[in-house]
Amino acid sequence: MSNRDQKGNVLLDIKGLKIDGFSDEKWHEIIKGVDLTLRRGEVMGLIGESGAGKSTLGLAAMGYTQPGCRITAGEILFDGSDLAQLSESEKRGLWGNRMTYVAQSAAASFNPAHRLLDQTTASTIRAKIKPRAEAHSDAKTLYGALSLPDPDHIGDRYPHQVSGGQLQRVMTAMAMSPRPDLIVFDEPTTALDVTTQVEVLSSMRAIVEEFNTAAIYITHDLAVVAQMADVIKVLRYGEEVEEASTRVMLSDPKEAYTKSLWSVRALEKPAQKPSDTLMSLKGIDASYGTIKVLHQVTIEVPRGSTVAVVGESGSGKSTTARVITGLLPQLAGSIEFNGEALPKKLSERSKDQKRRIQMIYQMADTAMNPRQTVRDIIGRPLEFYLGMRGDKKEARIVELLEMIELDASFLARLPGELSGGQKQRICIARALAAEPEFVICDEVTSALDQIVQEGILKLLLRLQDELGLTYLFITHDISTVKAIADQVVVMNQGEVVEQGLKSDVFQPPHPDYTNLLLSSVPEMDPDWLTNLSRQRAETAS
Amino acid sequence: MKKPVQTYSAISESTNFHERRSLWHRIKLAARKSPYTARFGVVVIVLYVLVALFAPLLAPYGEAEVFPAAYEPWSSTYIFGTDQIGRDIFSRMIYGARNTVGIAVATTVLSFLIGGSLGLAAAIDRRWIDQILSRSVDVLMAIPSLIFALVLLSIFGSTVLNLIIIIAILDATRVFRLTRSVAINVVVMDYVEAARLRGEGISWIMRREILPNILPPLIAEFGLRFCFVFLTIAALSFLGVGIQPPTADWGSMVRENANLLQFAQYDLRSGLTPLLPAAAIALLTVAVNFVVDWFLHKTSGLRDEQ
Repeated sequence: MSNRDQKGNVLLDIKGLKIDGFSDEKWHEIIKGVDLTLRRGEVMGLIGESGAGKSTLGLAAMGYTQPGCRITAGEILFDGSDLAQLSESEKRGLWGNRMTYVAQSAAASFNPAHRLLDQTTASTIRAKIKPRAEAHSDAKTLYGALSLPDPDHIGDRYPHQVSGGQLQRVMTAMAMSPRPDLIVFDEPTTALDVTTQVEVLSSMRAIVEEFNTAAIYITHDLAVVAQMADVIKVLRYGEEVEEASTRVMLSDPKEAYTKSLWSVRALEKPAQKPSDTLMSLKGIDASYGTIKVLHQVTIEVPRGSTVAVVGESGSGKSTTARVITGLLPQLAGSIEFNGEALPKKLSERSKDQKRRIQMIYQMADTAMNPRQTVRDIIGRPLEFYLGMRGDKKEARIVELLEMIELDASFLARLPGELSGGQKQRICIARALAAEPEFVICDEVTSALDQIVQEGILKLLLRLQDELGLTYLFITHDISTVKAIADQVVVMNQGEVVEQGLKSDVFQPPHPDYTNLLLSSVPEMDPDWLTNLSRQRAETAS
Repeated sequence: MKKPVQTYSAISESTNFHERRSLWHRIKLAARKSPYTARFGVVVIVLYVLVALFAPLLAPYGEAEVFPAAYEPWSSTYIFGTDQIGRDIFSRMIYGARNTVGIAVATTVLSFLIGGSLGLAAAIDRRWIDQILSRSVDVLMAIPSLIFALVLLSIFGSTVLNLIIIIAILDATRVFRLTRSVAINVVVMDYVEAARLRGEGISWIMRREILPNILPPLIAEFGLRFCFVFLTIAALSFLGVGIQPPTADWGSMVRENANLLQFAQYDLRSGLTPLLPAAAIALLTVAVNFVVDWFLHKTSGLRDEQ
C-alpha cells in the first residue's frame, strides 16, 4: 500500500502462463505461455477475436480461473506474491479489495433485490476498508465523478430502475469503491449505444487516471481500446501476437495479423445508382400497448440497394422491422411491396409474401434452435417454401453452405458447436434458402468481432451483387453503415430525423441528432476522446 | 492443433465442436459416472418392469384363483400365505405390479398428453387461450385432489377407465402449469419468432421448436408425477374406490389384509403380510425418485466444483 502513488512500479507480472480448459472429456490448452507486465497507473488493452483467450487471461490476472479451467504452468506475481500459489481464501481477501472486476453485462451482474448503493459498497465494507457511512458517502462522490445523474440519490434505486449505460457506470463505481490497485474491465461498453459509450468511456478513463489505478481493458473494439489504453497487447489462439504502446501500435503495427485487424475499418461500398422502389413505408404509426413507438415513419427502399437504419436503442429501428415483417401490425400508414399493398397482419399475408421478406437477427445464438442441426435449420425453408425433399434438398443445402463460405462438414453440427461468425452465416443461409427479395438485417454484426464482422459484411455485399438482394440494414455502428449502405435513414425516438444517400447524410450540415451520433463514433486516434470531451465541454459552456 | 493462419476464413474460426458419439457410447459414459443411488433406482425399476411383463410366467397361481384355505400362514405352498378368501398373496403381488404400475403409467402418460399440449398452446398463444386454460386450471387446483377424485369416482363409478381419465385430468393441471412456465421462456426466443415469420403452424412450433428445448424438466416431472399418480391410485384403492376386486392391486391388498397386523404378536410373519404390498409401493417410489434426482442434476448444467 505504501508505494501506491508511485507510478511505474511493476504491479502485476505474469510469466509463461499456461491454462488448460476441459471440454469433450479432454484438456485443451487455451493460454499457451503468455507474459504480461503491468505497472501501477497503467492501462493495458487486450484485444483479439473471440476464442483468443482475452477473458481467460484477464481473469487469470486476478488469480481466478473459470470452472473447467486450470493453470498448468507459469506464475502470476501480484505485488510480489504468486496468485497461482495462494489459497482460495487468501485470494478472496484480495478480490473486491485490492483487485476488482467490471463485467460485460452489468444488467446480468447486479442482484435485482438490493439497492445500488449497498451493492456498490458491499465489498469495501466487508473488507473493512472504510466504515459504512464513509463508504456510502464515498460511493456518492464516485457516482458524481462518473457523471451519473443525481449522484446523492441514484444509489437508492434498484438495478432495473436505471439504464444500461448508468448501470455500467455504477459497476465501475463498485469496482473503484475499495480503491483497488488493479481493475479488470471485460468488454464494459460492448452492449452500449455509441452515444452512451462515449460518456461511459470518458468517465471510466477520468476515474482510472484520478486514482492512478492499473487496469486491464479487454475488448474487440480497436477504436475503444485506442482511447483507453497506454499499452496494447494483441492475442490470438492463446498466444501473444505483439505488444506495443498505443501510439506505436496504431501507427506502425509489426505483425500481418495486427495489420489485418487495422484494415477492417477501411471497407467502404461504392455508391450505386438508384433504381425503382421495392418497398415503401408511408406514414407508419405503431405502438406497444398504449405507448406509441413510431410516428409517421416513411422510408423508401430501392430495389437491389442497401438502406441502413441508424439510431440508438429505443429509437424505433427494430420496431420498424417488426412492422415490415407483420409481427406488429401498424396503427396507421401503409406498406407497399413490389407495387402492391402488404397486409398488416402476418396471418393475412400469403406464403409467397412471407417467403420474399426474410429476416436475420442480431443474436445468432437465439435465432437458431439449439436442438436442430445445420441441415434441419437450412433445410426447413427449402422444404416449407419450395417443397424440396431428399437428395435435391441435400444438394441445395450444401450449395447454400458453399455460398456462405462453409462446407458440407457443417451439416450435422448443432448451433452450440459453431463460432459466432459461423452461426450468423448459417442464419444468412437460412434466409437465402427462401430465395427472398428483401432481407432485413437487424444488427447482424454488432455481437461479432471486428474481423468476423468484416467477413460477414463482405459476404452480404457479395450476395447482394450475385443475387440482386435488397437489404434493410439496422445498426447503431456508423462504420458498418459506411461499409455497406447506399442510403441512410437516421431515427430518433420513433421518428425519421434524416434520410438520403449515404454521401449526403454524412456530409454536413447535419440536424443536431445526426451530428451527436456521428461525432460519438470512436475513431482510431488516441486523442479522439480527449478532443471530443474538450469540444463538447466548450459548446456546453 | 490448428496453425495460426494470417488470412481470415470462416471455416477456421475457433469453435466448441464435439465429436459425434453413438447413443450407446453416451449411455455407457453416463452410466459410468452415475451415483450409486441412481444405479440402485435403475435396477429396481428394471426389475419391476420385468415382473410386470412376465407376471403370468412368474406367478405360481392365477391372479384371482381361490383356494379353500383363507388366512393361511406363510408356507412353501403359499409363500406369503393367503388372504381372507384364500387367494395366494405372492401371486397377487406379482400381478399387482402389472395392474398398479401399468395403470399408473397409463394415467401419467395421459396426463402429460393433456397437460403438456394445453400448456404449450397456452404458452404460444398468450391471449385468450392462455386465460381460459389457466383460470380453469386454477379452479381445478383449488379443490383438494384426493377428495375431488373420490367424488368424481362415486359419480361415474369405479371402473379402470374412469380411474385413469379422472386422475389424469386432475394431474394434468400440474403438468399444464410446469409446461406453460418452462415453455414461456422458450417462446420468446428469436428462433420461434423466425418459425412464425416463416409461416409455420402452431403444431410445428409446439413439436419441433419448443418441445425439444423443454424436454429435460418434463422428463423429470414425468418421474415425479408417476410417483404421485401411483400413490394416489394406491390411496384410492385403499379407500375402496380405486381398482376393484378381483383385480390384484397393492393398495387394496393393504386394506384387505390390514387386520392381519394385530396377529403380529402371535405370528410375526403374518403381521408382515399387509406391509409387503406397502413396501413394494414405497420401494418403487424411492427408486424412481433416485433416478429423477440424478437426471435433474445431470441436465440442470450444475457442475460440482472441482
